Amino acid sequence: MTTTSPTKTVPVLDPAPLPAPADKKGSRFKLGAGQQLKGGPFTYLTLIVIGLGSVFPLYWTLVAASHDQQRVLDTPPPFLPGGRLWSNIQAAWDQAHLGKAIVNSFIVAGCITAATLFFCTLAGYAFAKMRFRGRGALMTAVIATLTIPPQLSVVPLFMMMSDIGWGGKLESVIFPTLVGAFGVFFMRQYLLEALPYELIEAAKVDGATNIRIVWNVVLPAARPAMMVLGMLTFVQAWNDFFWPFLALNQENPTLQVALGQLSASYTPDQSIVMAGALISTLPLLLVFVVFGKQIVGGIMAGAVKG
Amino acid sequence: MATTTPARGAHTPPTGGSGVAPNGPSAWRTRLWRFDDKASPYAYIAPFFLIFGAFGLYPLLYTGWIALHRVEMTGLDQSEWVGFDNFAKILQDSEFWTAVTNTFVIGVISTVPQLLVALGLAHLLNYKLRASTFWRTVILTPYATSVATAALVFALVFRADGGLLNWVLHFVGIGNTDWGDGEWTSKIAISVIVIWRWTGYNALIYLAAMQAVPTDLYEAASIDGATRWQQFRKVTIPSLRPTILFTIVISTIGSMQLFGEPLLLQGGTIGAVGGSEHQYETLSIYLFNYGWKLGHLGPAAAVAWAMLVLLLLIALINWIVGRFVRKSAA
Repeated sequence: MTTTSPTKTVPVLDPAPLPAPADKKGSRFKLGAGQQLKGGPFTYLTLIVIGLGSVFPLYWTLVAASHDQQRVLDTPPPFLPGGRLWSNIQAAWDQAHLGKAIVNSFIVAGCITAATLFFCTLAGYAFAKMRFRGRGALMTAVIATLTIPPQLSVVPLFMMMSDIGWGGKLESVIFPTLVGAFGVFFMRQYLLEALPYELIEAAKVDGATNIRIVWNVVLPAARPAMMVLGMLTFVQAWNDFFWPFLALNQENPTLQVALGQLSASYTPDQSIVMAGALISTLPLLLVFVVFGKQIVGGIMAGAVKG
Repeated sequence: MATTTPARGAHTPPTGGSGVAPNGPSAWRTRLWRFDDKASPYAYIAPFFLIFGAFGLYPLLYTGWIALHRVEMTGLDQSEWVGFDNFAKILQDSEFWTAVTNTFVIGVISTVPQLLVALGLAHLLNYKLRASTFWRTVILTPYATSVATAALVFALVFRADGGLLNWVLHFVGIGNTDWGDGEWTSKIAISVIVIWRWTGYNALIYLAAMQAVPTDLYEAASIDGATRWQQFRKVTIPSLRPTILFTIVISTIGSMQLFGEPLLLQGGTIGAVGGSEHQYETLSIYLFNYGWKLGHLGPAAAVAWAMLVLLLLIALINWIVGRFVRKSAA
């Protein structure tokens, strides 16, 4: 790399590389400026192709949900939405306990998100700013749990849940996911930087107990990260499939479980299945359109320093 | 963890207490302070360990116990010791080995292209772009889609008759593939679903790591006359090595778990056995089929332990390869 071959052209850098523009709100979830090379037409062309590939299946869910099954399976298939969206949604509603499923999905994802935010902020704070014996080892243990797939424990979990009377109930889906390793790690990373020791010490000088410090100092400082973690957790809890599919039944499903059962029926009507799929995706797409920037920033912030 | 503990203690005792005589009412308060400081961190991390212990670790160990018993879905509270019969049963079942192979093959053909594309995509996103946030959000939309939705849409795309893909392919004269039925085509179809959902997510992780690479490295490289491609290979990739390793580990664990995609690709009873010839049956499907369709939880638990062994094997291979790469790089 040290020798320059004279035949090769030196790539032109921008004359004066600009410093990364400071984010207005000073949040850590900024989108950095990165390398200063400008994207050319090839870059944009590739991004357009990949972007269309990313979005098209979702658009086509809408298209398929708004025709009857005959038309969906026609050649050529339809590319524009038709007029049967509402009747398909109604059919899905009747066939798959969809109304109940929506409520259940909100309950499950809501409870998991609220609990995750609370517990992960507490644990993240302890790991980031408090000193205690065994901290390093315990943090390593937390990270290690990320590598254990749920498959390894579903059989006894199913038996346990039926044992304590939670079989088929939402509790069986909510409780195992109340707090997760990713959230603990994420909050720790954020609080390491966002919460200066001076603030905590000042509160101690003022005679605050630890729990008061959490309430009055840590939680306000953690707010931006909690928002992002909240959205990431909600998305994950809403979309979870494997364990809910095993744990819940036809009468009391979440949306994903209802979808799975809808398509597993003997002769599923594809356009009705797609209507269900659309309903299960819509709330998340809305969250994405509104908070896309924060979610993107959050994933990137959570990924950086290991 | 790269982070270090700051030298300054987080629990400096309150300054007010340091000058006060140890006796009197303040001694009791000081002791309370001490206790508060000692116990609080453990109290804050306790929920994680309690929940994980109850619903993660305990069931994991309990799985091993169940694997040695006969437990039927019809009578969950009755179990009968059978020793290693369950293990013998699954190890002699050719379907189990099909599932192992399938999980491995689908894992490779979904992880490798996914991470390569993500790397290239991250490189493009790292250029100065108009509407950069927009592009990042767009490539992340599949992440907001559930396994169920993704699998069901792609099931339509990959259908034999009236499938979108076959219609597109008939223009180049190969439009009559029965994607779900083929030994390879069905695995490709499942990989496409996985790749679609996770490429953008991984690209963002790579992008974050790329932006942490100091700009001077690139400047120095370009002054030395390195082309963009050389910069990418000699500056970007080495700086990203830990991140790449991280994504490989995460994707590998993810591909061990594939369940919704094969279950819903053709749906119904075909999905529950991973295709008419088990051609896309994964280990999770096999576990589900044994435990929940056939109702034999003992063998299902044995499958779970087999998965654990496989995971450890993969971790070992990762570790050996990592060591080998590091040695040859040095």
